[in-house]
Amino acid sequence: MSYLQKQFPILDTKCLAKDIHELVVSCPEIASQAIAGQFVNIRTSHTLRRPISICGIDAEKGTIRLVVKAQGKGTDEICRMRPGDTIDLLGPLGNGFDVKNSNLKAVVVGGGIGAAPMYGVASVYGKNCAAILGFRDSADVILEKDFQALGCELLICTDNGTRGFHGFTTQMLENYLKENHVDIIHTCGPKPMMKGVKDIAEKYGVRCQISMDERMACGIGACLGCACKTKKEDGSSTYSHVCKHGPVFEAQQLDFD
Amino acid sequence: MADMQVNLAGVSFKNPVITASGCFGFGREFAKLYPLEKLGGISLKGMTLHERLGNPPPRIAETPSGMLNSVGLQNPGVEAFIENDLPWLKEQNTVLIANIAGSCVEDYCEMAQRISETDVDMIELNISCPNVKQGGVAFGTSPEGAASVVREVRKHAKKPLIVKLSPNVADIAAIAKAVEAEGADAVSLINTLLGMRIDIKTRRPILRNNTGGLSGPAVFPVAVRMVWQAANAVNIPVIGLGGIEKAEDAIEMMMAGASAVQVGAAMFYDPYAPVKIAEGIEQWMNDNGVKNISEIVGTVKPW
Repeated sequence: MSYLQKQFPILDTKCLAKDIHELVVSCPEIASQAIAGQFVNIRTSHTLRRPISICGIDAEKGTIRLVVKAQGKGTDEICRMRPGDTIDLLGPLGNGFDVKNSNLKAVVVGGGIGAAPMYGVASVYGKNCAAILGFRDSADVILEKDFQALGCELLICTDNGTRGFHGFTTQMLENYLKENHVDIIHTCGPKPMMKGVKDIAEKYGVRCQISMDERMACGIGACLGCACKTKKEDGSSTYSHVCKHGPVFEAQQLDFD
Repeated sequence: MADMQVNLAGVSFKNPVITASGCFGFGREFAKLYPLEKLGGISLKGMTLHERLGNPPPRIAETPSGMLNSVGLQNPGVEAFIENDLPWLKEQNTVLIANIAGSCVEDYCEMAQRISETDVDMIELNISCPNVKQGGVAFGTSPEGAASVVREVRKHAKKPLIVKLSPNVADIAAIAKAVEAEGADAVSLINTLLGMRIDIKTRRPILRNNTGGLSGPAVFPVAVRMVWQAANAVNIPVIGLGGIEKAEDAIEMMMAGASAVQVGAAMFYDPYAPVKIAEGIEQWMNDNGVKNISEIVGTVKPW
């Protein structure tokens, strides 16, 4: 695994929903080696870089897509970037999802902005994939056409019932597992959702990989800031680091307390 | 040709830029970006006698021009370091400084003894970690406490001994003098300043440890002032750190009295910061006709 830090040109930007923006960045060195689920650490005018999951990877064009939610000073700044600007990326960082076997029957579960890294995963599986995406409201739905274009089965859920299934992704996942054979689940979203996905995957005996988020500094495993409680093989607890040991973990490694 | 070389307590550094403890791990992650031989030295991640898991997350909070951390000395323990990391580090052609912490004087002494048996070049005694209960800072906040631990460790440390000082004190000069009197070969300062942030929605501190250490450009003026006060009080070399992000900052710190500098939080936004700072110092020396970097140490002309 290797990473680099450089300024890269932004080719395109687009507003996907309120406060959610997409950036297409030309970065062949990153695109050529990135794996779905890895992230880049983006420099802003603030002290700490902002870790953002890679949404889509186009190795041929040498581009990556980043989908960013403006939820503070740093991410606001990233969302204001426009084509022609350059962006300072450190990446690709962390361990991506295990998508080596695209013949498996996969389910991706994305909550809110967590739908973005799920797109990269779904694009590996294509038709072999069901995507369960959850949002608060119909106005928050993102990447719908992108998932449809992959040919995967798209199941949208909203908390208020304004689009698709009225309820949580976890309910939809359980319904899906009752009726379908699934080899692997990949998920990213709010912690309570991911904990729910983990519990359901365990109940149905399906392998599950979870992408974690934590307040981060260096992004490469040197500062030990982004600790996350995990279980060792002997069952004892330890702290792993989201940037280096994750952000993707096997569900059984994680200790949600 | 500018001479960047500095000598601290008999150890020669090819340039005065050292990476600060806790910000650079054991170097492997940054070695993927540039060869570590570009660095004057590495102050290694703070170590304890036995493995420590560190504090629960969140451990990081951003602040205006800086950050808080409450990592809590997570480290694999000194023996694991000697076995797994030191052989690789010895091949990197830079000065190695082992930063050691303990919860009692005996731990510090045992650490110093063990490190003295290895190829590490220097020891940095951490009596200033603010994130660990009984984790050193108890010794570092009074001249008597600091003197008591240095007195004992000195008997076991066969390597040049740097004492890393806390800024969370009333009189930094008195502490610097106290450790010099007990045989410290150098002092490094400042460690982080104790700080706190609160999420006003949840009314919870952002850090799970409630408080943490403040670093980054925000602390730079405090560090310059304390380095100046300490350098005026002692005859041993002072290593200046706290918020240095560019060559001009390093030069300012050296004019305040630092013989060398350490770079920490700046590496989180610019991983190349220490390399760029070393190059910038050299450029500045050439532009200003400074032949030897040691010429500028302590040359501030106070009013």
